[in-house]
Amino acid sequence: MDLIWGGAVQAVELIVRVDHEVMSVTLLSLLVSGSATILSLLLGIPLGVILALGNFPGRQFIASAINMGMGLPPVVVGLFVTVFLWRNGPFGFLHILYTPTAMIIAQCIIASPVVAGLTMAAMQQLNPKLRLQILALGANRYQMVWLLMAEARLPLLAAVMAGFGAVISEIGASMMVGGNVRGQTMVLTTATVLETSRGNFGMAFALSLILLVLVYVINVILTSVQQRSRQP
Amino acid sequence: MIMSRKPAMLEVADLEVVRGGTPVLAVPHLEVRKGQTLAIIGPNGAGKSTLLLAMALLIKPSKGKVWVAGEEATPENSLRLRRRMAMVFQEPLLLDMSVAENVATGLKLRGVGRAEREKRVAVWLERFGIATLAHRRARSLSGGEAQRASLARAFALEPEVLLLDEPFSALDAPTRAGVIADLLAVLRGTRTTAVLVTHDRDEALALGDDVGVIIRGELRQAGPISKVFGAPVDVDVAGFVGVETIAPGMIQTHEDGLAQVRVGDRLIEVASDLDPGTPVFLCLRPEDVTLQTPLEPGQERMRSSERNRLRGSVTDVIPWRGQLRVTVDCGFRIAASLTYRSVSEMGIAEGVAVEASFKATSAHLIPRVESPNGREGLEGE
Repeated sequence: MDLIWGGAVQAVELIVRVDHEVMSVTLLSLLVSGSATILSLLLGIPLGVILALGNFPGRQFIASAINMGMGLPPVVVGLFVTVFLWRNGPFGFLHILYTPTAMIIAQCIIASPVVAGLTMAAMQQLNPKLRLQILALGANRYQMVWLLMAEARLPLLAAVMAGFGAVISEIGASMMVGGNVRGQTMVLTTATVLETSRGNFGMAFALSLILLVLVYVINVILTSVQQRSRQP
Repeated sequence: MIMSRKPAMLEVADLEVVRGGTPVLAVPHLEVRKGQTLAIIGPNGAGKSTLLLAMALLIKPSKGKVWVAGEEATPENSLRLRRRMAMVFQEPLLLDMSVAENVATGLKLRGVGRAEREKRVAVWLERFGIATLAHRRARSLSGGEAQRASLARAFALEPEVLLLDEPFSALDAPTRAGVIADLLAVLRGTRTTAVLVTHDRDEALALGDDVGVIIRGELRQAGPISKVFGAPVDVDVAGFVGVETIAPGMIQTHEDGLAQVRVGDRLIEVASDLDPGTPVFLCLRPEDVTLQTPLEPGQERMRSSERNRLRGSVTDVIPWRGQLRVTVDCGFRIAASLTYRSVSEMGIAEGVAVEASFKATSAHLIPRVESPNGREGLEGE
């Protein structure tokens, strides 16, 4: 029990006195996962919308691939991104392996299918006749897509949440492509692994606590937006 | 006729829609004249809504042309032409925003300025009696309120052609009557050209000037409502427009515009110019048939202008559309529509002897031909 109690006390201390290392790890986590989420929204939302509304050969195939991608194991992504960015790999000349950029790329690959898949589901659950009604109101194609997205805004927010949730708590890929370099590519999850393995439970507790609070706060914000648009 | 000189606001020609290799709609020609309401009627699944979607330029027909205000629709001008029309569906299909925002949506899409938008929204919410609901969220409305909002949203666009796809069929009867009355007033007031798709012939009668009957994907008959309802071209149309007595017969003689038709062992006089020897269907609407019970002795019998008086006995009395439907066997079955009061005062019940009478001009004859699929009827006019 001492172990747990001591760890908890140390964790609170570290957070309260705004420990420099804890803060830099937290900020990097937010930066990497935030950027990856934004990129995955830019890729995933249009893709999901096109798959939901379009009708073209190969649509079914891409949709299945995306649904499969929603469960893509992060270590597999980590492996492939590492190989591609390896010194003599296809993109080795970029020299970005073991940098936050590589982590953003890997996390974006993890989050994009989640965002695309949930966007597709969100758009498909709309009444199909709504499309005809919006066109009948005089919408051009872009106006129609915009109004349909506005109509599906609640499930689309869920897609954003799920995308961010998938990457902020992801560890395998970040570890592999970032290398868990202290002060450079160490994020909350990878740091927790390291500190736990070294027996620094106080530090590990502190990092986990911050991770939990972070995930909670972001979900509270998104949920409150959802609930606000629900009110009559 | 002066009416027919009005320009067609919406016209389709040689229209065909094929789905999955099967033709679902064929309309050689149909038009709606400016300021008129065309009702398109037919049973469920006949292809009425498909026709309306093609008219709205929302689906691309496999073949054929559509003209909006005299301009032929092409992929290039379709958005511009669509913006001259508005459509209301069976479901209100309101967006998840306030009622006022919903009504303003089409105007916003057209880039109409805020002041003008607000003005028009206020006017049309008022016209449809939902001004007090302006700031309510659309999803909190009842079915009738939502359909009024949907109508206000369409009229706010001041469309040259309004397309209505069964807009009342999801409403309960009292609500429906109220919404129809409001729509009729607005249509008359604005002289908006409209196309109403419905499977309810009473709605067609209430709102339509012209009517087109679609059965199994084919436009069977189109024209002024009185003509189509009074002189259907085939038995399917006759059945759909409310003709309940359809009996096969043969024209025996023809004189002074009056044909004698043998139906079973009876001779019926019908105003017609068909030649003797023509096999026909005798068509009668139940509201055109009068029933008499034998007079009490001493009562004087008056001459009647009804050329046909047939004795028979009542086989069946059933409630139908607020009245009673009495079926009389006179060698063939004749359906008559009577009020509850008449039925009870005359003592009409199953087995009672009555006389059914109708005018020669009330009956209508449809020439009978053998069609390839063995069904009897006549295609086209």
